[in-house]
Amino acid sequence: MTELDPEKLNVAPGVPHDSMLSETVSYVVGLGLALVLTGVSFWVASTGTLWGPGVATGLVVLAIAQMGVHLVFFLHITSGPDNTNNVLALAFGVLIVLLVMIGTIFIMAHMNSNMMPDPTQMNLQMQH
Amino acid sequence: MTAGTEAPTLGLTHQASEDTGLGHRGPQSKSIVVPYGFWLFVLSDMVLFSALFASYASLVHATDGGPTTSQLFDRKLVAVETMALLISSFVCGLAMITAKRKNMVWTQVWLVMTGLLGLVFLGIELHEFSTMIAEGAGPQRSAFLSSFFTLVGCHGAHVTAGLLWLGTMMAQIWNKGFQEHIMRRLLCFSVFWHALDIIWVAIFTIVYLIGTLP
Repeated sequence: MTELDPEKLNVAPGVPHDSMLSETVSYVVGLGLALVLTGVSFWVASTGTLWGPGVATGLVVLAIAQMGVHLVFFLHITSGPDNTNNVLALAFGVLIVLLVMIGTIFIMAHMNSNMMPDPTQMNLQMQH
Repeated sequence: MTAGTEAPTLGLTHQASEDTGLGHRGPQSKSIVVPYGFWLFVLSDMVLFSALFASYASLVHATDGGPTTSQLFDRKLVAVETMALLISSFVCGLAMITAKRKNMVWTQVWLVMTGLLGLVFLGIELHEFSTMIAEGAGPQRSAFLSSFFTLVGCHGAHVTAGLLWLGTMMAQIWNKGFQEHIMRRLLCFSVFWHALDIIWVAIFTIVYLIGTLP
């Protein structure tokens, strides 16, 4: 392995690249991809031609893809060696976010199905 | 490495003989540590939003006989909001590029555009909120609406704070120029602004699009 440039061992999150052209290209490519993904999201949600039950999952996948585009092209979080600290912090953040969201939704959905609501109070319960 | 040829304000300011970040030659420079600490804050902010998303997802069907998601939300309005915030985020990136080259005029132009697009977003959101409250679909109507106003309102509050910060940064750049500490603050602002757009992607997908599926 070649010796790393000590200047480049770490880079702050959000710092653009070196040359003006490559920086601008990065933002333009990011904007283009984000526009495409947003457009597809709105199209998928409006069209009736797709298999209904799969649409919500597809939208979530599109959203995650767009978040990735924003991270890479706008926040410049990359897989390079100078970005290790930023990526590790992001990975920990994603872990906690997933634990909180999936854990809550899973537990609350099952708690609800384990309870037998009073018919007069059905409106206060989650209705699926 | 020659220091100060281009933009020592961004990236490392250390000489090559100095710290490598491996711990035995002292801490990283401030231009690394400060944005990294801010990055940790932004990630913790996303954890906060994940809790709000989780409560929204748990309560979205608890409408108490009141209005439901597909009755309340207008996709066309949300599309305009999404465009405004996305382009605002993009223009903020252009401002960072010009600020790195110490171009005062274009930096201020791009930052003004960033702010105006943020104002468009905020104006549409406030219009949506006031319309809903006028229709009797305020936050006290049902658990669903409480969680909706908490989640989307929290994002709106972040955007408002970001706009105030943006105005402050424009004044600081104008008065003090592109000094090192000013550039650090501007970099933190851009990280904040891009992060708000990432959270909005989750909001328009989960709340507005999935909420209005037939």
